[in-house]
Amino acid sequence: MSIVAFIIIAIFTLTFALAAATNPRLMHAALSFAAMFVGIAAFFFLLGAEFVGLVQIFVYVGAVAVLIVFTILLTRRDPEKDRGFNWGGVIIAVAVFGGLLWATLRSPSVTIGPAIVKALTVKQIGEVLMTHYVWPLLCVGVLLTAALIGALVLVMEDKPQ
Amino acid sequence: MSGHAPSWLIQIVSSLLNIAVLLGVFLTLFALLSVLERKILGRMQNRYGPNRVGPWGLFQPVADGIKMLIKEDIVPARADKVVHFLAPILIAATAILALGVIPYGRNMTPFVIDGGILFFFAVGSTTELAVFMAGWGSNNKFSLLGAMRAIAQMISYELPLIITVLPVVMVVGSLNPDKIVFAQKYYYFGFLPHWFVLTPWGATAFILFFVSGLVESNRTPFDVPEGESEIVAGHMTEYSGFKYATFFMAEYLGMFAVSGLAVTLFLGGWHAPLPWLGFIPSYVWFFAKLSVLVFIFIWVRGTLPRTRVDQMMNFAWKFMLPMAFTCLISAAVWHYAGRRLSGWLWSFAIIAIVYLALSLFLDTRKKFAPRTYRFAE
Repeated sequence: MSIVAFIIIAIFTLTFALAAATNPRLMHAALSFAAMFVGIAAFFFLLGAEFVGLVQIFVYVGAVAVLIVFTILLTRRDPEKDRGFNWGGVIIAVAVFGGLLWATLRSPSVTIGPAIVKALTVKQIGEVLMTHYVWPLLCVGVLLTAALIGALVLVMEDKPQ
Repeated sequence: MSGHAPSWLIQIVSSLLNIAVLLGVFLTLFALLSVLERKILGRMQNRYGPNRVGPWGLFQPVADGIKMLIKEDIVPARADKVVHFLAPILIAATAILALGVIPYGRNMTPFVIDGGILFFFAVGSTTELAVFMAGWGSNNKFSLLGAMRAIAQMISYELPLIITVLPVVMVVGSLNPDKIVFAQKYYYFGFLPHWFVLTPWGATAFILFFVSGLVESNRTPFDVPEGESEIVAGHMTEYSGFKYATFFMAEYLGMFAVSGLAVTLFLGGWHAPLPWLGFIPSYVWFFAKLSVLVFIFIWVRGTLPRTRVDQMMNFAWKFMLPMAFTCLISAAVWHYAGRRLSGWLWSFAIIAIVYLALSLFLDTRKKFAPRTYRFAE
């Protein structure tokens, strides 16, 4: 059952990932990217990590995809222009793929099956966030505040004297 | 049954049953509400409202439905066909999914998920993408402007909407809607229900939540995205026939979902308001509370004029957001003061101070001269 689900989700995710990478129409690529995020969230559900899966949809489909879509909207479009082969992109892609592969091979293997996960409580999440992961949390908080202030400064009007 | 059928079959059949009941109930309610809203608005505006089809015009939705189904489906020649087609489907799907985690009565939650509240908002945040797809896919400047407005207001009000839910989650200690309802089942002195709306932070959070809900479902007075006097119908401009009806349906289903969540979080879910009224079935109480909230939605629509975009944004970032954070602090104070009368008063004091301070600092009288009216003599 879960193997079948895994294969279906894998095909779904890979199809949309490929569409996101190859579709020449930027908006379609961005929307395929959003669908790919849903596929990844489905993987989390399959592994029993309900909270992570929901956050994946919440943050990536609800916020990041909207951000990407807005970026496309607010930048110049010249879809027909051929920019030549993008060697920088290839290097970055190979580096990221190598890093992920290395991390995946190093991690202990997990058998895909009905995951046994305890019912997750908000208290557990809160405690872990406030003790073990407090520094990353604070760093993210500072970063987001800086981004918010930066955005405000960018759009602030100069007051006429 | 369980001895004979395989478990995956039971799972699938029970899910399908849940979905069928959910769709049946809420699509019927949608049809009823569409005629009731017109009747109520008519009553408020001193006219009759629909009264031609059936007794008191009650069969109006049937006539409307047939009309919508047989109308020509027009797709603009320059539209992005796929995106234009997918947008109404996605928007309706998200609205229906959000309805799936609300407890409608005792043991009547269609899909029990531990992170039900998170699921609700995760699904709800997908609506923004769907609205954008509608605006972009139509390839029309009114549509795109409407979609941009819709996304701007949805993102701005999503913050207060979610932050006002946090105090409840914090006090209950769970993201599970059933546990949140369960936490509100007791009564003070045997008659005063344990609902969160009766605490100062709960009342404030409820009002903020309701206003944010009005915005999220694009209802008057926050229906700037479809301001028909400026941008035709916003992201729905290029939709006709049944696709337009789908958007309309999604708006109403979204309204049901937000009201249902408000009932669950603040109004005690399906619990009776008085202990000796517990013999009335739980779902009756849930839908009674839901109808009251939906009526307020309609009442507000019949009463208030549309706000301007800048007024709405200022209101979100300068008033709603600080007040939402105050609810969080106030709920923490209430909890640590022992959830008793002293905690109640402390939490009330905090909210009163912040409210007064905000209303002093955000005084708009300094900026605008009083409006003067001139009439022809």
